[in-house]
Amino acid sequence: MTSEGTFRVLIVDLTARRGEVVRFGNRLESGGGSGLAAALYESYGLPEEAADHPQQPLIFAIGPLTGYFPLMSKVVCGFKSPYHDQYTESHAGGRLALAIRFAGYDAILLRGKAATPSCAVIGSRGLQVDDVHYLWGINSLMTGKLLRRIYPQHSGCRSILRIGPAGENGVTYACINVDTFRHFGRMGAGCVMGAKNVKAIAVHGDGDISLPGAKAYAQLFQEVHEKLTDTEMMRKYYDLGTAANLTVLNERSSLPWRNMQQTADPGVDGISGERFGDELLMRQTACAGCPVGCIHLGMLRERFADAHQFEYRQVSYDYEPIFAAGSMLGITVAGDVLSLLEEVERVGLDVMSTGVALAWATEALENGLVTEEQTRTPLAFGQVDGYRAAIRHLARAENDFYRLLGRGTLAAAREYGGEEFACVLGQEMAGYATGEVYFTAQSLGFRHSHLDTGGYTYDQLNQKQDVDEAIRFLVDDERGRCLLTSMVSCLFARGVYSSELLSSALASIGQEALAADVDGLAERVQRARWRLRFKTGFDPSTYDVPRRLRKITTWKGALDEAYLDKLRESYAREITALGKPG
Amino acid sequence: MKILRAARMERCIGCYSCSLACARLLHDRLSWNTAGIRIRSAGGLTAGFEARLCLACDPAPCAEACPTGAMVQRKAGGVLFRRARCIRCGLCAEACPVDAIYLDVERNPYVCIHCGRCVPFCPHDCLEMRPAEEKAAGVAFPSEDAGGGHDV
Ligand code: SF4
Ligand code: SF4
Repeated sequence: MTSEGTFRVLIVDLTARRGEVVRFGNRLESGGGSGLAAALYESYGLPEEAADHPQQPLIFAIGPLTGYFPLMSKVVCGFKSPYHDQYTESHAGGRLALAIRFAGYDAILLRGKAATPSCAVIGSRGLQVDDVHYLWGINSLMTGKLLRRIYPQHSGCRSILRIGPAGENGVTYACINVDTFRHFGRMGAGCVMGAKNVKAIAVHGDGDISLPGAKAYAQLFQEVHEKLTDTEMMRKYYDLGTAANLTVLNERSSLPWRNMQQTADPGVDGISGERFGDELLMRQTACAGCPVGCIHLGMLRERFADAHQFEYRQVSYDYEPIFAAGSMLGITVAGDVLSLLEEVERVGLDVMSTGVALAWATEALENGLVTEEQTRTPLAFGQVDGYRAAIRHLARAENDFYRLLGRGTLAAAREYGGEEFACVLGQEMAGYATGEVYFTAQSLGFRHSHLDTGGYTYDQLNQKQDVDEAIRFLVDDERGRCLLTSMVSCLFARGVYSSELLSSALASIGQEALAADVDGLAERVQRARWRLRFKTGFDPSTYDVPRRLRKITTWKGALDEAYLDKLRESYAREITALGKPG
Repeated sequence: MKILRAARMERCIGCYSCSLACARLLHDRLSWNTAGIRIRSAGGLTAGFEARLCLACDPAPCAEACPTGAMVQRKAGGVLFRRARCIRCGLCAEACPVDAIYLDVERNPYVCIHCGRCVPFCPHDCLEMRPAEEKAAGVAFPSEDAGGGHDV
């Protein structure tokens, strides 16, 4: 078991096509995951330089519990985001976390720029940066297939990351596809990979770790495993999955429809979790190390000829993608949603940003702010064909309009007009029109992600307005999540992994010192991330909530702008204090 | 005596709980490879998963190939492994027709001994312990009778 005080990090110099294994930092100080990624950026990052500077690092970090306990199955990707040119994180699972663990590293850091499109192949006993120029331009699904053919060894114990055309063409919300169904989705990690000329990364988890006489550990593992599989608590994640939220949020008038012109619509029946579950769900799958299996695969069945001739594919779905490629675009047929999701998957875009950007573009076209010559295809709510074409134009950055839209919805709105209906909260909004606390949380959150804090849950559980209590909740909840993402746990397990349980888990694998200081660690990581965010140029006063979102009505009634602004002011003060140097 | 069957792999979600349990509980290792059962994607993740594990042969080709008696025939089918006798020649892994024996970096073999400890960790009930007599009677894949598919 690992008791040494430093992290083992593989630094890959893409320019030289060589790597170096270093002992880095301090486990007690940074923990791992979020904390380790921040510490690595602190040492190797160039806060003053642009996100596409070749020497900017792209960091993948796991944590001390990765692989040791169920649902410790995520990886934190730390990088300077091309979207806002500041430090950020994105999280993904698949097989990557266990592959990095069994390759023997705490983190992998890529820097430099490969001379030609390349694939970094990483394992416990190997490192190559191979030229794969022939894969450039190929969509991410096909790229995955070809890579499995090019590197046939270690099937089953490796993870394959790749980008699609969006990442190659500098779209600032291009994603990294992880093992087909998972993504480092938000804030443009795929764009950073593209700027480095890295088409793909294959991580072979071909080593293993000895656990001499770990009876107490095996006992605790069993208890946690039972909690995570026997209880009803996780049922929502494997049954209908997060898609069950569509009906719930629609009933609460909190589901964004047609670029947030509405917050509820009877059309939800066509795209509800029940509809997907009953008619399209083929099977579930899981991240390695997770017995819950929340990844829902739907069947996309398309007729390709007049005769009864069909092609079928499996497409993963979840609440947020259905909001983005469904309700936000006025799509009310589940099969149409899958078809758009597959297109987004192929080109390698972040699905939430894409849906929201195209919703804005639809309204901008309706209002005559842009022309069909610019959009190159008719865009109208509910019309799937136009959106399918637009997704491809966007990923290829085909003209000035799509190039700008690919730098963010607000970038395009600033040029063409329509800022008031650009549904952007730091980045394109996630699917929660729940009210003031959520809008505060996403617009100022560390990652501008709905997963930074439980702001949307707070909105749904609290009727009364209490600025201090709400802000205390956001700050404390973020700190708790920093601990989870330093281990690195899936956030779906947050109801099971209390800080006491995390502490016992750490102790059971010989990390007693860290176990004794989990609260201290959470606070250090929270501060370290905010410090980096501010150091790379964050100014909370430049992040607003657009007029469209300020005018919504939810089940609680009309949004209270005065309350929203008080929350935002108070939260901005708190995070500024957290981000103070030293 | 019973033998382990991966009877319902169509349900497998690829969580690796089974492999991790075997490695943890039998071999004192954290690993998804050094285990009696290993999960592989059946040609990309879209195609689902398959399990690599011992079919409980009798006579077992691996036991016949082993020059030192480290792999010995188990009565109910399959083998018992005596680590102290193993000289890490790898002949057992070569002899296995279904690639059920894993060799680690030092060429230590890992093979299923049909103890059943992985079974309760599978969240989708893909694995089960079946009476060894069924195999002898030719009912190798019980789930076929129940209308399900099968895998080994
Ligand atoms: S039955 Fe026992 S030896 Fe075989 S795979 Fe399961 S835990 Fe390992
Ligand atoms: S535990 Fe079950 S579901 Fe998980 S990988 Fe093993 S056989 Fe598949």
